[in-house]
Amino acid sequence: MQRRTTLSRPMSLAFISPAFLLVALFLIYPFFSIFSMSFTNQALTGAAARNPQYVGLDNYANLFDVDTWMTRGEFGSSLWITTQFVFGSALIGQAGLGMLIALLFFRRRDLVRHVVYTLAIVAWITPDVVIGFAWFAFLDPTQGTLNNILSIFGVPAQDWLLQYPLLSVIVFNTWRGTAFSMLLFTSALNSISPSYLETSQVIGASRWQQFRDILFPMLQTTIATDLILITLWTFNTFTPYLLTGGGPSYQTELMSIYTYRIGLQRFEFGRGSAVAVTVMLINLLLASIYLFISRTRKTR
Amino acid sequence: MFKRLSVLTKLAVLLAAALVLSTQFVLAQDGVTISITGVSGPELQWVTETVKPGFEAMMAAAGTPVTVDVIDNSNISGEDLKQQYVLDMSVGEGADLMGFDGFWLPEFIDAGLLTPLSELVPSYTEWEGWAQIPAGIQDIMSYQGQIYGVPRGTDARVIWVNKEILAQAGLAEDWQPTSWAELLDGARAIRDNVPDVVPFQLNAGVAMGEATTLQGYLMALLGTGTYIYDYENAKWPVRSQGILDTLALYDTIYNEEGLGNARWQLAQNGRNLSFEAFANGTVGMLIEGDYLWRSILNATGDFPMENRDARVGYVLMPAQAAGAGWRGQDFVTASGGTGFVINGSTEHPEEAWALLSYMYSADTLSALQTLQPRIRARLDVPVTGDDVMTSLVTDVLPYTQIRPQVADYNAVSEQARLMTERVVSGEMTPAEAMEAYAAAVTEIVGADNVEDLPISQ
Repeated sequence: MQRRTTLSRPMSLAFISPAFLLVALFLIYPFFSIFSMSFTNQALTGAAARNPQYVGLDNYANLFDVDTWMTRGEFGSSLWITTQFVFGSALIGQAGLGMLIALLFFRRRDLVRHVVYTLAIVAWITPDVVIGFAWFAFLDPTQGTLNNILSIFGVPAQDWLLQYPLLSVIVFNTWRGTAFSMLLFTSALNSISPSYLETSQVIGASRWQQFRDILFPMLQTTIATDLILITLWTFNTFTPYLLTGGGPSYQTELMSIYTYRIGLQRFEFGRGSAVAVTVMLINLLLASIYLFISRTRKTR
Repeated sequence: MFKRLSVLTKLAVLLAAALVLSTQFVLAQDGVTISITGVSGPELQWVTETVKPGFEAMMAAAGTPVTVDVIDNSNISGEDLKQQYVLDMSVGEGADLMGFDGFWLPEFIDAGLLTPLSELVPSYTEWEGWAQIPAGIQDIMSYQGQIYGVPRGTDARVIWVNKEILAQAGLAEDWQPTSWAELLDGARAIRDNVPDVVPFQLNAGVAMGEATTLQGYLMALLGTGTYIYDYENAKWPVRSQGILDTLALYDTIYNEEGLGNARWQLAQNGRNLSFEAFANGTVGMLIEGDYLWRSILNATGDFPMENRDARVGYVLMPAQAAGAGWRGQDFVTASGGTGFVINGSTEHPEEAWALLSYMYSADTLSALQTLQPRIRARLDVPVTGDDVMTSLVTDVLPYTQIRPQVADYNAVSEQARLMTERVVSGEMTPAEAMEAYAAAVTEIVGADNVEDLPISQ
């Protein structure tokens, strides 16, 4: 074989082709398949499984039917629950807590920092099923660890998963994913030259003033990136299913759980595809908003 | 080109080629294998220890060796088992013989996933077993006049009672309520006289799946004289006094008078919690099928109960008032039914049928009966060794009603469960919940297939 400094066109394409084949098979083909299925009444059981009919935009119309869509167990209700979930556990929870931990510990190298960071990361990387089961036991009304701890302080035992389902799930997801924001913000904070902070300390700035006037403006791109990523991830997360199964009475039915119920428990593939396409469009919208915001900041 | 590669690369290529070629030999193995799945507990033991060796020996002696592959998926059941079946069968996979719940048949058949026996194995009519299985039982595995498998038997639902708790509450030893009022009075007596005990468990909610409909909603609804489906007019009643009265009963039990544990109806593992509590002696009355007696509370069951035979008995579920029940009965019960079907995409229908007819021959089935006395499909294999099961056949089964073998049943049942959950959780009043049910069922089956029955208020 002759040595070349660059590959010829045909050779480059040949090298890309295996990866491209995988992408086409597992991303592009399913995407178009789902998109076209959303206009049919395809199902896995019942007469529609043998003879799927083209139904046009009926699936979408059913999702956005203004009379019924906000009843619990319908699309609108699921969307609202997911919005609350994302706002509470991602925007406020993970980003806020991650930023707090990063601010407190980014300059330290002691044992406390190592313990805190290790615990946060372990919470993040442990497999879903293990975590789901651990939290299910943690929140158990009669024998759960949380109630046992609270009883020491005289707080009566609560039925967390049935009386405060959305709150339990938000706290759970915050705990689960904070590590990512924490690590991202820590590395961003460490990349800021220490001279800024030292100078501000000399002229007597408080911690809050330091954060507001120095750190926050310099972190804006990082914050925007972090928010896009965790919003999209949290919007699509399925793990809370292990805690509540979407219940009670569909009170914690996130979009992913709703799609699972329609598509893989009722086997209505046409309708499930319509939900999936709508969720994808919403994600696209969210990502576009963030990109737009970060772009306008850059041009300043 | 091969020569230019290094030694290591050559070895790697040769190894890869050898691996690929060797798989061809594995795949080209001959010998027929029939797989069977969907059995658990004593039945799994029976299939593994009695049926498999017996069948393989029989087929080997006839010169056509067959291997039986018993797939143990006993850790899943109900909706999860159905999900596995649907996903497997929709791509042409799945075991050859599957333990199947009768009311799943319409959906699978409409989807073309199951084939009638008359098409798979035309010689099926020659089997001696059909004469021993009553037509009503054969209906469990039938749809639109065609049969799709062999029924395992049927069951009945009663109010299982903890006799000690009833005695503590001051109820007579032969107490048998004859109306809902008397039943509620009994529950109140338990609530007032026996502390730390759940008086009455009537299944509700979405989490328990079909168990809510069959053991809860339908047992109450049948007592009002109406049913979830109107056979005469082939329509679904969506508003009726019966539905309102049933929901009011749920409201009374769970919300107004504290006669039941509402949490079990809403939690994910509520059904198991109720079973465990009953086995521990903290539930007074629980409506369940004989499944509770022979598979949960027995010595090898999920939640064995100490001294079950002495402490547990049953009473019939009364109608709302004497003579007001379904078909004018004083008491009601409902029956499910399961069986074995042959997978529509099986490669060996003749051998699968041979295994199925062997399993349900009188001798082989009797071996199962000794392991687990139960109401079997064959008349020549009666219930023996268990007085309670025998009395269920003679005293309870005559009142029974099976679920409508109609394609939309599952979707309508789901709405009924949601309706009960909305009432038990306090989210809606019975009237509001019924309205939501009416709207949802009308959307599912079409406005032409629903009807309103008179409401006396």
